[in-house]
Amino acid sequence: MTTVEQGTRTLLSVRNVVKHFPIRSKGLVRRQIGAVQAVSDVSFDLAEGETLGLVGESGCGKSTTARVVLNLLPATSGEVLYKGRDLTKIGRGDMRALRRELQIVFQDPYASLDPRLPVNEIIAEPLRIHGLYREDGREQVRRLMQTVGLKPEHGNRYAHEFSGGQRQRIGIARALALRPKLLVLDEPVSALDVSIQAGVLNLLDELQTELGLSYLFVSHDLSVVRHIADRIAVMYLGSIVETGTAEELFAGPAHPYTQALISAIPLPDPRKERARERITVVGDLPSPADPPSGCRFRTRCPKFANELSDAERTRCVEEPPALVERGQGHPVSCHYAERRALL
Amino acid sequence: MTERASEKFTASEEIDLSPAPGARGAKGDVVLEVSGLDVTFPSADGPVRAVRGVDYRLHRGEVLGIVGESGSGKSVTSMAVMRLLPGTAQVKGSVRFDGKDLLTLSEAEMTRIRGSRIAMIFQDPMTSLNPVYTVGAQIAEAVRAHHDVSRQVAMDRAVELLDRVRIPNAKDRANSYPHELSGGMRQRVVIAIAMANDPDVIIADEPTTALDVTVQAQILEALAAAQDVTGAAMVLITHDLGVIAGQADRVMVMYAGKPVEVGTAEEVFYTPRMPYTLGLLGSLPRLDRPSERLTPIPGSPPSVVNMPPGCPFGPRCPKHTERCDESEPELRATTGAGHLAACHYAETLEGQEAADVFDSEVADHEALAGLAAAEGAGTGRDGEARA
Repeated sequence: MTTVEQGTRTLLSVRNVVKHFPIRSKGLVRRQIGAVQAVSDVSFDLAEGETLGLVGESGCGKSTTARVVLNLLPATSGEVLYKGRDLTKIGRGDMRALRRELQIVFQDPYASLDPRLPVNEIIAEPLRIHGLYREDGREQVRRLMQTVGLKPEHGNRYAHEFSGGQRQRIGIARALALRPKLLVLDEPVSALDVSIQAGVLNLLDELQTELGLSYLFVSHDLSVVRHIADRIAVMYLGSIVETGTAEELFAGPAHPYTQALISAIPLPDPRKERARERITVVGDLPSPADPPSGCRFRTRCPKFANELSDAERTRCVEEPPALVERGQGHPVSCHYAERRALL
Repeated sequence: MTERASEKFTASEEIDLSPAPGARGAKGDVVLEVSGLDVTFPSADGPVRAVRGVDYRLHRGEVLGIVGESGSGKSVTSMAVMRLLPGTAQVKGSVRFDGKDLLTLSEAEMTRIRGSRIAMIFQDPMTSLNPVYTVGAQIAEAVRAHHDVSRQVAMDRAVELLDRVRIPNAKDRANSYPHELSGGMRQRVVIAIAMANDPDVIIADEPTTALDVTVQAQILEALAAAQDVTGAAMVLITHDLGVIAGQADRVMVMYAGKPVEVGTAEEVFYTPRMPYTLGLLGSLPRLDRPSERLTPIPGSPPSVVNMPPGCPFGPRCPKHTERCDESEPELRATTGAGHLAACHYAETLEGQEAADVFDSEVADHEALAGLAAAEGAGTGRDGEARA
C-alpha cells in the first residue's frame, strides 16, 4: 500500500484499525444500543523521518485515529505496530517506557499547558516522570527552549504570559524533551494566526531535518498538509478514501471527495480563485452511528448524483469500494475513480 | 445583473418589502461612509484603543473585504458601525448611512435600521439563533419586526427565503429548531434572516470560520446569492486571505486597530505595498504550489494598551528605520490612486517577493545542532542497551 523508499525503515504500521464508541440506552441498565463508528478499518505506514498528513473534515475520525495510534484510546480491533511491536496488546509498563518515543502535540495551546507551572517545569515534567532529570536537567530545558525559539530566561514565566504561537512552541519543546522518534501533531497550527503559524511550521520542518523525527500530522487544512507532508491520507467518515505522495495527490486527485475538498479551499490569488472549476458536495456529513451502505461518500458525491447511470449507482450502494490502486497512480477507494487536474 | 435580480426578487412578492422608492441609488453610489472611527475600552491597565481611526466608503453592490489577524480591530469596527458595543466603549468619529450619522441616532431610530437596512451575520450561528423558536418563526419575526404583515405572509416569506439559501424541503425545515440543523444549515438560516428585509448593507463577520471547507464553499455561494438578490453592498470580515481573494472587490488590511493597506483585490494580492501584507502572503502555505519555504513575520502584534509612538508594525518589520519610530505613517496613495498603504517605504516593495524582504530562519541552529548531537549520543546508548 505504501511506497516506502528503499533504505528507509517503516517505523509505524497501522493495520485495519477499528474504533467504535458505544451508544448506550438511558436508564439504569444502559444497554448498548449502537455504536459510533469513528474509525473503520484504517491502515497506513509511516517510515522513519517521514511525514504523513492525515486530512479530513470534522468528524472524519482523524484525531481518533491519532489517539488510537498512541494507545491513548484502546482500539476496538486491528493492530498498531511500532517497530514491530503491537501497541494494542502491550502491557502498561512496556507502554509507559515506549511513551518516551511516541509524543503528541495538541491543538489548543491554551488548554494543553498546566496554568500553575512555570514553563521550565512544564518542559522538565516529562523528564522527571521518566527519571531522566539529572544534574544537567536545567541545561537540557534551556537548550530545548532555545531550540524551539523561546528565550531560556523566560523559563520562570507561566503559560498565560506567552502568546499562542509561543505556547505552541512550549508544547513542542515538552514533546521533544524525551527525544521521541514519532511525533503525533494534532492540528498543531489550527489555533494560530497565519503569520505565527508559518513560524511554527518552519520550526517543525527544521526539527525533522535535524533530529530525523517522523510526524503523523493531523489537520483539516489541506494547504498546511501539502506544505509539510511527504505523503497524505484523506479521510471521510472513518475511512481513508485516497492516499498518495503530496505531489501525486495534488497533481491528480482521483476520489470525488478529495476533488471536492481541493476545489473548496479558496486560493489567496484573486484571478486564479475566480477562474477555478468548482466541484461542490451537497448536504451534510451523515451520522457515523449509521453510515450509508456501500460507499460512505455516495450520499454527498457529485459524481454519484450527476454522472453515473443507475446501474453504476447500484454498485456504489451495494459494494463498499476498497482502497486499492485503480490505475490512477495511487490507491483510491472509488469504483469510478478518475484523475482530474484541479490546480 | 444585480439590479435585475433585485427587481425580479421584489416583483415576485405579494407585498413590496423593499425600502421606499428613491432610497436606493445606482450602483457605485456610496451607501456607507465611515470616517475617523475610533473605539476605546477602559481596562485596568489603561485605555485599550481597539480601533484607531478607520475610514472607508462602501459603494452600492460592492464587496469590501476587511482582513486582519486576531486583535486587529476588524470585528470591533463593524460592531461600532452597528452600535452593538457595550456602553463602556467610547466611540468617536462618524458613520454616514442614508444621509444620517448612525452614531448620533436615538436607540429607537437605530433599531429601525438594524436588521432592515443594515443586516449582520455573525460567526457562530448557534449564538445568533434562539434555541427555543423554530427557524421559520425566527425569520418571520425578522420580517414582522420591520413590516406590518400578517403571520401567515411572514411565514410564507420565511419559507421562500429558506428556499433561496438552498435549504432542501424549505417548508418542512421551517419547522425545525436550530439544534436540529447542521452548522452549515444554521448559517444559511442566519443568511436568510439577513436577507429578510432586503437590506442595503450586509455585514458578515467571519461567516464561515466555524465551518468545514466543503460547507464553507456552500455558504460563500449562498452569501454571494444573497448579495445578488438583494443588491446589497457587503462588508466581509475574515482572517482568511483565500476567502477575501475569491469574494472581495476591494480589500482593507487592518493591523493594530488601523487600516494599513487598502486597494482592489488584485492590487493588494499582486502588488502589496505594506510590508505587513507582504508578510501575511509569504506566511501562507499554498495549495496551488509545491511546498516552498514560508517566510513568517517575526514577533507578535503589539498590545493596544499604551501603544508607543511610531509605526505599530515597526518592531516586526524588516524595512524598519529610525524614521518609523518618530511618527505613525499615514495611509497614503501609492502606485494607484485607490491603492493606499501606511508605510514610508511602500514604493521600495515594488517587484519584491516576501522571501526577498522577510527572513525564513526561525530556529536557533546552534541549539538545534546541540540537541541533535545530544540526541545522537542518546540514541547510541539506547541502541547499545537494546542490542
